[in-house]
Amino acid sequence: MLAYIIRRLLYAIPVLIGVNLITFMLFFVVNTPDSIARMQLGAKRVTPAAIEAWKAERGYDRPYFYNAAEDGPNRFTNTIFFDKSVRVMAFDFGRSDDGRSISRDILDRMGPSLALAIPTLLVGLLVNITFALLLVFFRASYIDTAGVVLCVFLMSISSLFYIIGGQYLAGKLMHLVPISGYSPGWDSIKFLILPVIIGVVGGIGAQTRWYRTLFLEEAGKDYVRTARAKGLSELRVLFRHVLKNGMIPILTGVVVILPLLFLGSLIMESFFGIPGLGSYTIDAINKQDFAIVRAMVFLGSVLYIIGLLLTDISYTLVDPRIRLS
Amino acid sequence: MPVFLWTDFLLYLLLAGIGLFVFFAARSKPLREPWLRVFRSRMGMASAVVLLAFAIIGILDSVHFRPLQAQAGQDGQPRYAAQIVSVLDVIAGDLAERTEQTYSAPFATRSYVQQVVTDEAGNTRQIFPRLAHGGAHLEGESASVPLDVALRGAAGAIQGLIVWLALAALLVLLLSRRRGLPATTRALWHDQTPLRWRAALLTAAVIAALGGAIIELAGHYHVLGTDKVGQDVLLQAVKSIRTGLLIGTLTTLVMLPFALVLGVMAGYFKGWVDDVIQYLYTTLSSIPGVLLIAAAVLMLQVYMENHPELYRTTTERADLRLLFLCMILGITSWTGLCRLLRAETLKLVELDYVQAANALGVGHMRIMARHILPNVMHIVLIQIVLDFSALVLAEAVLSYIGVGVDPSTESWGNMINGARLEMSRDPVVWWPLAAAFFFMLALVLAANLFADVVRDAFDPRLRGGTGDDSHTPDEQHAQSNVGAR
Repeated sequence: MLAYIIRRLLYAIPVLIGVNLITFMLFFVVNTPDSIARMQLGAKRVTPAAIEAWKAERGYDRPYFYNAAEDGPNRFTNTIFFDKSVRVMAFDFGRSDDGRSISRDILDRMGPSLALAIPTLLVGLLVNITFALLLVFFRASYIDTAGVVLCVFLMSISSLFYIIGGQYLAGKLMHLVPISGYSPGWDSIKFLILPVIIGVVGGIGAQTRWYRTLFLEEAGKDYVRTARAKGLSELRVLFRHVLKNGMIPILTGVVVILPLLFLGSLIMESFFGIPGLGSYTIDAINKQDFAIVRAMVFLGSVLYIIGLLLTDISYTLVDPRIRLS
Repeated sequence: MPVFLWTDFLLYLLLAGIGLFVFFAARSKPLREPWLRVFRSRMGMASAVVLLAFAIIGILDSVHFRPLQAQAGQDGQPRYAAQIVSVLDVIAGDLAERTEQTYSAPFATRSYVQQVVTDEAGNTRQIFPRLAHGGAHLEGESASVPLDVALRGAAGAIQGLIVWLALAALLVLLLSRRRGLPATTRALWHDQTPLRWRAALLTAAVIAALGGAIIELAGHYHVLGTDKVGQDVLLQAVKSIRTGLLIGTLTTLVMLPFALVLGVMAGYFKGWVDDVIQYLYTTLSSIPGVLLIAAAVLMLQVYMENHPELYRTTTERADLRLLFLCMILGITSWTGLCRLLRAETLKLVELDYVQAANALGVGHMRIMARHILPNVMHIVLIQIVLDFSALVLAEAVLSYIGVGVDPSTESWGNMINGARLEMSRDPVVWWPLAAAFFFMLALVLAANLFADVVRDAFDPRLRGGTGDDSHTPDEQHAQSNVGAR
């Protein structure tokens, strides 16, 4: 087990180097710092001097890989590649284009992101599993068919409509909660309740349908028939056997996205003005702050790889038949 | 003078590919059988008709040309307008030119926004000015808008139904070649035809009546109102169909070669080839989709800003950006399909017939092309239809984030993006949002229902009636794919 985890962690290193190379290619080779500077400065103020100043200020004025002007190891360290890409590998994200420390910002903004993402995940799981079990209880009846049709219908609506509609109904029409904003501490509840509800409702269609398939598959297995044959009530069968075994794929599916919860949700946070990492990324995209986007891409990959590793481990925990080797 | 935009060209290529596929599928029983199963389901038939209606509009909007100008040039050569228009623009006629001052509600005859006017006596008053085009044919104040709309709508619906009747008659004639006219009509009426044509005809009737009524009304009113600069919202929503369809289909077209070649190669050769390909897709898929798309589109913007020689007109510029967006979406979404194909190929390679081909000395390329590829195609097909609706939805989200299609391209995402602020106006401007909502819902719902039927028809594991876990990873992938979360 330990050997497996260590091997997986070692395998993560080339993957992260690959991610880093892709972002480096994307941000420095497809477009040179010159062209980025020209874009950022706008058409009017583009002079060679202004571009040089912009690059020098952000450290883009050095060679890519090899700095002949320096001596010793500095020939390799005082380059764009080392400064902007290799440092990121050590979680040293440097400063954003407007001079703030990215690491500091990320730490500050993780809290609100989690405060939104965790309740959405938990409430969503509870609601969707309940609905899916209900559909399985009424399987092969009109209620089941109607439920599935409703799920497909809900799935076909863009998440943007859930947000806009929810904000309009709850915030503007009924004046129940503030439409957007955030304040730290327990006050945040009144800001978070609407995005959590909308996030849960928006996910019902796809999730319930997929959980229903899992439970139905479980309900068709031999041991469930045995349980019924020995006289267990349908409810007992559902809760004791179907739910318990159907939860395995659900929980392992949740484990993959657990680390990614730190990144928050892009659209939710920007619509509701929650100062998490999702809105941080959106702001960076809109401001064209490439340093932040680079950092978030790297962070996202690290978290995703951790998620995959956790999934494999959790498989062995819930299902002893699976051995990692 | 015809103009071929890049996306048009790829769309024609796609249509040619579909045509070729139909040609071959009609000849081969194993290929034909699952499709017949699709059309033996009422749901499959009905959703296919809806999708076909969308596709026809999208194709009409993809035939671009530069119209001939009235006066010839100096040297007698015909002159062409600078603007690129599509066949759909021609059909829509002057709907694009009949703009109002600003917002107006659906079927309104007066503006939605008050204006201050000064009359002859010098008094200023606030009035809702009469629209220039919406309901302009109505005389005086007393004319009843609802009555006029109902009458014209009914007339249009009847015209639509007449067209439908002609098509239905054609279909009946085609079907009755074998069984004779009376028997065919009876079978159709009782829904006893082998393929569910009745469902198709009923769906087509609804579309024809609705379409006829809307076309008739659009000549006299703004059926879905006008937006901030007075443009007709209906026209925008209809023009957006092309964008949605292109994103849903071209993305798959772009990524398919990569996924097929790499996935089959990884599963067939194993060893270091497998390792390299696995490393490639693990790396790409470990970057969260939205972030990779955002980063790539940002870089694309800078690149296009610095290479103005790539395009000549704003239409070409928007088109190029749409094409690049499809490519970027394709690069981020081929990994899921590649993984599935690799797993399936790994299984197939162990089967006797592949082993036998190998023992007989058939070359690797030939085995992959003749023996493996045809047997993984059902996975490709299921993935294509599953991805379609997810991609249409993703376009809206990406356009909202600001990394979607060009702002000048008509798309539902851009409509929603613009309508977002209008919801906080008082009184609220709801119709652009409602238009985008209903058009998107119709397309995505039809695509989702069709995808369900296709999946049931093609998945061999589902046919036995046992578990259907085979598709669930792709389904989950399709949903989380472009980060709709």
